[in-house]
Amino acid sequence: MRRAIAFTGYELLRSFRNTRFFIFTLVFPLILFYTVAGSNRHAELGGVKFPVYYMVGMASWGAMTAVMSGGARISLERSAGWTRQMRITPLSTSVYFGSKVVAGYLMAIVSLILLFGAGISLGVRLSAAQWLEATGLLLVGLIPFVIMGILLGHLLSADSMGPALGGVVGVFALLGGAWGPLGQTGTLHRIVVNIPSYWLVQAGHVALGSGAWPLRGWVVIAVWTLVILRLTVVIYRRDTAKI
Amino acid sequence: MSAEEQSSAVVLQGLVKSYGPVRAVTGVDLQIRHGETVALLGPNGAGKTTTIDMMLGLTKPDTGSVSLFGQLPRAAVARGAVGGMLQNGTLLRDLTVRELVAMVGGLYPDPLSVDDVLRITDTVDIADRRTQKLSGGQAQRVRFAMALVSNPELLILDEPTASLDVGSRREFWGVMRRSAALGKTVVFATHYLEEADLYADRVVVMTRGRIVADGPATEIKARVGRKNIRATLADVGIDSLRELPGVVGAERRGESILLRCVDSDQALRLLLSRYPAASDIEVTGVGLEEAFIEITEGPDSSLTSGEDH
Ligand SMILES: Nc1ncnc2c1ncn2[C@@H]1O[C@H](COP(=O)(O)OP(=O)(O)O)[C@@H](O)[C@H]1O
Ligand SMILES: [Mg+2]
Repeated sequence: MRRAIAFTGYELLRSFRNTRFFIFTLVFPLILFYTVAGSNRHAELGGVKFPVYYMVGMASWGAMTAVMSGGARISLERSAGWTRQMRITPLSTSVYFGSKVVAGYLMAIVSLILLFGAGISLGVRLSAAQWLEATGLLLVGLIPFVIMGILLGHLLSADSMGPALGGVVGVFALLGGAWGPLGQTGTLHRIVVNIPSYWLVQAGHVALGSGAWPLRGWVVIAVWTLVILRLTVVIYRRDTAKI
Repeated sequence: MSAEEQSSAVVLQGLVKSYGPVRAVTGVDLQIRHGETVALLGPNGAGKTTTIDMMLGLTKPDTGSVSLFGQLPRAAVARGAVGGMLQNGTLLRDLTVRELVAMVGGLYPDPLSVDDVLRITDTVDIADRRTQKLSGGQAQRVRFAMALVSNPELLILDEPTASLDVGSRREFWGVMRRSAALGKTVVFATHYLEEADLYADRVVVMTRGRIVADGPATEIKARVGRKNIRATLADVGIDSLRELPGVVGAERRGESILLRCVDSDQALRLLLSRYPAASDIEVTGVGLEEAFIEITEGPDSSLTSGEDH
């Protein structure tokens, strides 16, 4: 356990030293939040105050990028021969993946804190319980994405990872309504409610009190988590058998 | 487990590995005793890396078995008995050399102190530098430090100096020597005969997926370390040249002669004293590839091919 913690510590050190990535992950959502929410302070969006909706939308976008990048680094480490080097040490696969998950989540938490701070600066006011609930829901809603990062880390080459990550996160953010809801009714709406990023963004509904996620939200997150986990295990097995 | 396996550091039995139609390793049997330093010598594509990867448990053999200290590779690796330097490996970026070595050491039950490892591998002065800012030679020494930090009984190095210039190569082997003095068993792959000769007690020669020679470094060097002497020398019978000590084959093309030698120093001395008319003398090493092919095709084939011309 002590060894697992020490190893994870170095993984965190590495993520936070990778400043270029760090800045892009954190700064884009912040800028967008200030420019868009700043000029619509008093409007409403998706049934809640505009800044609340947009704060959670941008936090979802940034946090999705952060958690997925944790696993996505595996791709670089694979192509550099580092994962093979690790396989001739006592390091277990679960600690290796675990360190990516923890590093991704920690970056995500930094991103949430920054966006929440930005929200407060534009007048968002929530009770302590509501802040906690929103944070909790976001962290749960990120589970399928953190695993998806590990999956992409095994599927894609290091070269294609940058654009692929941006693209995948962009599509999920768009469909989830991070940049604005895609309508409350109609076919498109019926489709997007089955996408986990939709529920991430819905965490903003804590502002309305009483349970931001209906049962459906929990089920969507659980099903996506299980399916992606299963896929990742299959790909990982295929990959290690080949090497 | 046989007594043999228990007393050996490495036992490979009947290893075979194919990649589709490519037969990378076609039947390797090898035993390495505790404390031996063994070079795995062979040209590119000989199957050295495939053999080493199977030794380390990174590649599963099609048939055959690997035992390290009487254990499966996984088990030996898990208890920290094996340190490896893989071919074409790189370093993890965004950490300093000291942090990286400490990180790897931290994975093992009983590592050496980081300071000791940095000292042995001559990396103290770059300890606080980020790993992405190292020269090729420095990076290889850091990779060696990572292999050493677990204080393994067995070190397995796959072409550790392949990408280095002559100076860095010498530095690397200086570091290696110091750590071999710690009494470790060392297996390294190389395609440089000089390296095998200088740094190994025993040389195992591989070509085309098989072991074709195995013996003390000096013996292997005599077999593969051939040289050719070319000279201009008219009017001397080719048969009398062939009988010079140290010469194993001779050819004539017009005025020029070619002597294939196992001991070119001796042959040259005698050539000059018996035939002072010899001029334009040139001594060249036989390419390792060519020497390997001679070995592969049997000890006598070089003699006959020499006579055929
Ligand atoms: N992963 C692989 N897929 C297909 N062929 C391979 C693979 N690895 C090695 N080979 C082939 O197996 C043979 C032996 O390669 P290798 O063990 O790397 O030799 P060496 O290390 O002596 O240069 C070569 O012909 C090489 O092309
Ligand atoms: Mg090789």
